[in-house]
Amino acid sequence: METTVSDRSAPLRLLPLGDTAWTVEFGDRIDPALHARVLGLAGALETARSSGLSGDFSGVVDVVPTFRSLTVYYNPLQSDGERLGRALMHLAESAGTASSQGRHWRIPVCFDDDFAPDLDDLAKAKGLTREAVIALMTEATFQVYMIGFMPGFPYMGGLPKVLEIGRLSSPRKAVPARSLAIAGEMCAVYPWQSPGGWRLIGKTPVPMFTASEAASPSLLASGDRVCWQAIDRPLYLEMEAAALAGVLARSDLLLPQGDQ
Amino acid sequence: MQGMIEVIDGGLGNSIQDAGRFGYRHMGITVSGCLDPMLARCANALVGNSPDCAGIEIRGAGPTLEVTQGRVRLALAGEIGATLRRGSGELLVVAAWNSVTLDPSDVLEISYLPGGTAFLAVAGGIDSPRQLGSRSTYQRAMIGGINGKPIVTGNVLPCSSQLRREAREFKATPWRHGDGPIRVVLGPQQGHFKPESVEQFLGSDYQVSTQIDRMGVRLDGAPLQHISAQAADIVSDGVTPGVIQVPGNGQPIILLADCQTVGGYPKIATVISADLPRLAQLQPGQSLRFCAVNAAQARQALLERETQWNWWAYGITFDLPDAVINKDLTAGWPCTVG
Repeated sequence: METTVSDRSAPLRLLPLGDTAWTVEFGDRIDPALHARVLGLAGALETARSSGLSGDFSGVVDVVPTFRSLTVYYNPLQSDGERLGRALMHLAESAGTASSQGRHWRIPVCFDDDFAPDLDDLAKAKGLTREAVIALMTEATFQVYMIGFMPGFPYMGGLPKVLEIGRLSSPRKAVPARSLAIAGEMCAVYPWQSPGGWRLIGKTPVPMFTASEAASPSLLASGDRVCWQAIDRPLYLEMEAAALAGVLARSDLLLPQGDQ
Repeated sequence: MQGMIEVIDGGLGNSIQDAGRFGYRHMGITVSGCLDPMLARCANALVGNSPDCAGIEIRGAGPTLEVTQGRVRLALAGEIGATLRRGSGELLVVAAWNSVTLDPSDVLEISYLPGGTAFLAVAGGIDSPRQLGSRSTYQRAMIGGINGKPIVTGNVLPCSSQLRREAREFKATPWRHGDGPIRVVLGPQQGHFKPESVEQFLGSDYQVSTQIDRMGVRLDGAPLQHISAQAADIVSDGVTPGVIQVPGNGQPIILLADCQTVGGYPKIATVISADLPRLAQLQPGQSLRFCAVNAAQARQALLERETQWNWWAYGITFDLPDAVINKDLTAGWPCTVG
């Protein structure tokens, strides 16, 4: 998993978002090596916060890993922002990388026509058969860079290069919830029905966001890895019904750590 | 006994909000919370609540509420008022910045708010279910509030009830937000803009457009120029309420409490926390200006705001209705304050 191209990374930068957040920026592009440093800092910060040894982080209220940076939000009445910024930079300089600390999921996807309105066009544009596209998607391992855009929406890298394709020139008004979608070098699942311009190539019965899972309403987290497993319609319908009834166990979708 | 409020008319643009939902932004869940936390604090203080109690944020046609059970104290903060129809048929005008106590079958009809934000606090706070640590309504994820939605006709809002009649009603002067330019800290991506555009951003007037909601406010003004076409996009990174992002068209968008957690437009500046509540009061057509401050000035502004708040809260006084004043008070107050 580890990709060592960090030597060409930009210098570390500490950027203010007003007086309530700092962004520690490792670079300006999408790059697994940069993301490994983001996760390294996130891990070091979590350790420092949970140890309670350093008071510098006591006013921190939220920590958001992105492709290339970590944004740390704080309560300005409980935290000395300048001091927190210095402590974050100190931590970022000493923190290592962490690229495969996340969970490994195998998530079922049905690629039937009505779930995958852009699959045929994608195959045609790439000179591939439909089956070849599905094979490429299910053989690859995707990395979750960050959750954002909407609650539970995972931005995933790892799309086979041959499948890279631009967004639709005219976005759809309503993308069905749980659609598997690709755009550029990214892959995602829409957690909710929403407008969107990504290409839809399948649908999973697994909810990406479950508010009642209080510890982790978002199924995926930054640092997780995901493989797609093709399923047929009967199994899709069965799992969708189970999910609706609240009896689809998330743990059944986890692969043992280290298993590819 | 618990107090119970039934929503007779949901109005429009009203939602249950508290001080916000923290600790979930890495899952794409924004903070939400009342757009004007100072008004929420004021209204809560007038009914004896802690500042973070859940109440109703009003952003349009105010709701009409009937107490169906218990004795419930309420207070409004903001440029708004209400009419109270007692169960006896008596009609009373209820002004903001005054608490009022409703008995069962009393109906409070809250007026229309032409723009900006007001807040209704309920003694003890609205006791709707807490979801992910907060009662704040966040429609996008359908969490908080009642079933994750704004207030609608027919909602039933549980709250506290007074055990015995509290004769005093509390009042205060209206909270005054600071005026002058909205203070910002430049960045994080001011380098994506031509230096003359940064100057222009800080030196010219912007008009509030009609595109304004809990997610953000779009402004109209002379377009700001990025240093290149590529500089109008960044690889998405973290944003927060108060961030001013500028897409390719050069028109700034200020993000508010329900904004997304990450964004791909460069951020020219971020409004400081002391001035964030002022954004809740922006109305279409209004013009505004920005000025840049440093971290020390932002901190100073916040501490001054807190001092102002302490003085405001210190100025809360109370009235005794005539009926009480005429009684023999030597035995002490009719009831202790909750």
